[in-house]
Amino acid sequence: MPPWLNESLTWGNALILFLWAAVFLLIVLGFVTYAIYFERKVIGWMQLRIGPNRVGPLGLLQTVADIFKLLIKEDTIPRKADRLLFVLAPVLAYVPAFSVLAVLPYTQKLYFADLNVGLLYYVALSGITTLAIVLGGWASNNKYALLGGMRSAAQMISYEVPLVISVVGVILLSGSLNLREIVMAQDGGWFWNWNFLPQIVGFVVFIIAAVSELNRTPFDLPEAESELVAGYHVEYSGFRFAFFMLSEYVYVYAIAALTTVLFLGGWHAPAPFLEFVPGIVWFLLKFAFIVFFLFWIRATFPRIRVDQLMALGWKVLLPAALLNVFLTAAYLELFIK
Amino acid sequence: MENYAGNYVVVVIFILLGILLPVAALTAGRLLRPSKPTDPKQTTYESGNEPVGEGQVRFNVRYYLFALMFVIFDVETVFLYPWAVAYNKLGLFVFFEMLIFAGMLLIGLLYAWKKKVLKWNSV
Repeated sequence: MPPWLNESLTWGNALILFLWAAVFLLIVLGFVTYAIYFERKVIGWMQLRIGPNRVGPLGLLQTVADIFKLLIKEDTIPRKADRLLFVLAPVLAYVPAFSVLAVLPYTQKLYFADLNVGLLYYVALSGITTLAIVLGGWASNNKYALLGGMRSAAQMISYEVPLVISVVGVILLSGSLNLREIVMAQDGGWFWNWNFLPQIVGFVVFIIAAVSELNRTPFDLPEAESELVAGYHVEYSGFRFAFFMLSEYVYVYAIAALTTVLFLGGWHAPAPFLEFVPGIVWFLLKFAFIVFFLFWIRATFPRIRVDQLMALGWKVLLPAALLNVFLTAAYLELFIK
Repeated sequence: MENYAGNYVVVVIFILLGILLPVAALTAGRLLRPSKPTDPKQTTYESGNEPVGEGQVRFNVRYYLFALMFVIFDVETVFLYPWAVAYNKLGLFVFFEMLIFAGMLLIGLLYAWKKKVLKWNSV
């Protein structure tokens, strides 16, 4: 929130910032609640089912009931588990998931932290969640959980590299790691000024790698229900399980917002004559489309095999991402400079 | 950017809130949820069978070579980011410099590919 950032920092200002961040936390929790509801509805419709429709009108309170059930459920920790790490893992998964949201800008004036290393901050922190997944899998002292955790590590190291390299093209075009400046660099009035068309290769690599980093279908091998029961969180119950779930959906929020910012022009309107609509509306429309897209591919694609996953990451995505970087750099060298 | 530290205060507030929510929720949950541990409840889950042996077994992790390659390419990204930010201010020289650097790593990737490191049943 800019007005407070420009004043000198006092305890009073810090308290106001804290309250704004707490309000934002409630918004994110509301998003997660209805993203889960919406996901179940959308997948239901795509499979010619109705989806949740019992709790509350149209089933709108289904997720609220689920959360309440998890809250009053008995919390079992296996006797053989490493208690400290077992308790620590869900918290460690959730903290970076929420912390990365601090740098995302929503409109010209609506943002929390305006870091000039915003993108690097996002990439660095989002890697920590994988550590929590490996930790949870190891601490459970369960074979399924260990396999799930190990798969997660393998997947993360294979897809982190293409994900990070695919956005280098965007950085080249805007000359900044600051997410607000990246959006401002896409200003041109029309939608073909947004990064997704000039950076089409980077965009495709980014989307595939992002879905993989989210551990969502078709890359949900760490929790593959049909082979590993539930993967790394098989021993978790009650609210500890809820925090793994929560961090997964907070990352859906984060990735959808980041894709909007990096490739879809943030708060810019798609055409000059549409600029009378406030920027936040455009941001939310693009954001909602990405979220829907993630649910859509979950309903459409089968889960891929682990060796296919690794081969795709190293043999296709990584060379494509590197090629994109140098094509962009050569284009800038030849035509812009 | 005269008051840049303020932005990091926001980051600290977000991290604090991120820690606060799980602590508060799990503490509140402790008051609400029942706790009746029994012996069968606390055994390790293994599809309803008696668990066999240890859970933390050592097995052939097929991807330790991937991990080595990850370290190399992750370092490359560390160099790519500042290069990309400053690219428009630098000359043609840095373009070829990065091309040579990435090219050498790419040769490494091709070598690993040829050596069948990227195949599942190679080791």
